[in-house]
Amino acid sequence: MTEETGRYPLRLEGDGVPMVRFQKVTKRYGPLVVLDELDLDVAPGEMVTIIGPSGSGKTTVLRMLMTLETIDGGVIYVDGEPLTHMVRNQGLVPANSAHTRRMRSKIGMCFQHFNLFPHMTALGNCMEGPVQVLKLSRKEAEERSMELLEMVGMADKRDEHPSRLSGGQQQRVAIARALAMRPRIMLFDEVTSALDPEVISEVTSVIRRLVSTHNLTMLMVTHQMGFAREISDRVCFFFNGSIEEQGPPAELFEAPGRERTRQFLNAVLEAN
Amino acid sequence: MAYLDFLQTHGDRLIDGTVVTVFQFFLATAVAVSVALLFGLMRLSQNLAIRSVAVGYIEIFRGTSLLVQLFWIFFVLPLFGINLDKFLAGFLAVGLNMGAYGAELVRGAILAVPRGQWEAAVALNMPRSRRMWRIVLPQAFLIMLPPWGNLVIEILKGTALVALISVTDLMFEVRQINIATFKAVEAFGTAILVYYAMARLFVTPCMRALERAMARKTGKA
Ligand SMILES: Nc1ncnc2c1ncn2[C@@H]1O[C@H](COP(=O)(O)OP(=O)(O)OP(=O)(O)O)[C@@H](O)[C@H]1O
Ligand SMILES: [Mg+2]
Repeated sequence: MTEETGRYPLRLEGDGVPMVRFQKVTKRYGPLVVLDELDLDVAPGEMVTIIGPSGSGKTTVLRMLMTLETIDGGVIYVDGEPLTHMVRNQGLVPANSAHTRRMRSKIGMCFQHFNLFPHMTALGNCMEGPVQVLKLSRKEAEERSMELLEMVGMADKRDEHPSRLSGGQQQRVAIARALAMRPRIMLFDEVTSALDPEVISEVTSVIRRLVSTHNLTMLMVTHQMGFAREISDRVCFFFNGSIEEQGPPAELFEAPGRERTRQFLNAVLEAN
Repeated sequence: MAYLDFLQTHGDRLIDGTVVTVFQFFLATAVAVSVALLFGLMRLSQNLAIRSVAVGYIEIFRGTSLLVQLFWIFFVLPLFGINLDKFLAGFLAVGLNMGAYGAELVRGAILAVPRGQWEAAVALNMPRSRRMWRIVLPQAFLIMLPPWGNLVIEILKGTALVALISVTDLMFEVRQINIATFKAVEAFGTAILVYYAMARLFVTPCMRALERAMARKTGKA
């Protein structure tokens, strides 16, 4: 591994260090190559949206960044430091769990199916990380959590269990839960896909507010082209495990340069 | 009312036996729950050696009969210098045996907790042990309560075997009464009634109540 990773810097330095860098990242499931030497930089504070056909590797990108998947090639850097690797004897070796945990504290994620803890209330879900991981006192954790539940408009449901909340409400609690860890990077994987159409705006308006008020770096996978266009600094179109085309939303949506992008956008437009 | 006379004459012995059975039952259940949790978790360890120990334990205790295990613990272990009091040997054998079945229930319930729960816990940066104790086990507990209801009744029934190493439980007492009086119908009939009552009027309602309480606590009801 050290041999192979010799050509990767031990850390990123100088001006304009990206908050996230995928450098020649490869991911395979058996013979299936899901990400093929992917290069992707995300600047601090940038909102990048990933679009693309089903199976193109969008979720995989987020899951690898969240360290939910192992890496088969390349290096991911977060905030200038390797995430998937660590420095040993002037080389990069696969990260151990202590390194992974330290780096992971900078990243939060929201899932398509919310994944709230069913045995805890909305407030309990939000306090779990701050109390168990950040070791805040219960009082501090509760204050922090209530502030966030307030922000996502769920303060009045603090004592409800997830089974008694609608999808839109659950997703808002999930966003508050992730933010309670004060991550620097937030990942959103199709957070509105499992929602009824009429509650989608509950969630998108929370994300919109995050973009305008927090200095978070965000990576979002979505099938909602209108939302992507309105909110993103940059849109990446994925095809077969690599970026086929990327650019500012106005450009990519108005004047896609690639045939595949055009086809995909047309297909999505027709479906709506 | 010949049966009332029977109860009057042998009531003390029957009650003493029942008390011993109740103690054997509770202690065996405590052993079974601990053993099930321990070996169920070991069975899921990433470490091959730990996992193998658990697999071996579960295989041996599920693959041979409880009676043979009881005799081993009481009659064979002393030959290796381990002398256990018969009362201890009794509930230990039942608990160790039933715990092996329980371990599989624990394992199955943990695996039945949706993967997204583990992943959400990783996203909160919880260390592995916290993920298990705080997030997965509470949900697994709810999943495995109904099958545990059956297993606990098996434990109760299993304790009847300890009479064979002369623990003076209910079964032991009714056998003694039968030998002394030849009133087999009354003696063993009483045993059936008492075991059935304990199972259906005590254990099952308790487990149901526990299920309901847990469901309420976890927002399921
Ligand atoms: N655990 C896994 N084992 C095997 N193959 C997998 C696994 N996870 C994902 N894949 C495959 O990897 C490819 C990329 O999956 P990914 O989930 O990243 O796609 P996606 O772009 O998010 O698609 P969608 O829009 O449907 O969510 C798919 O072909 C998928 O079948
Ligand atoms: Mg996906």
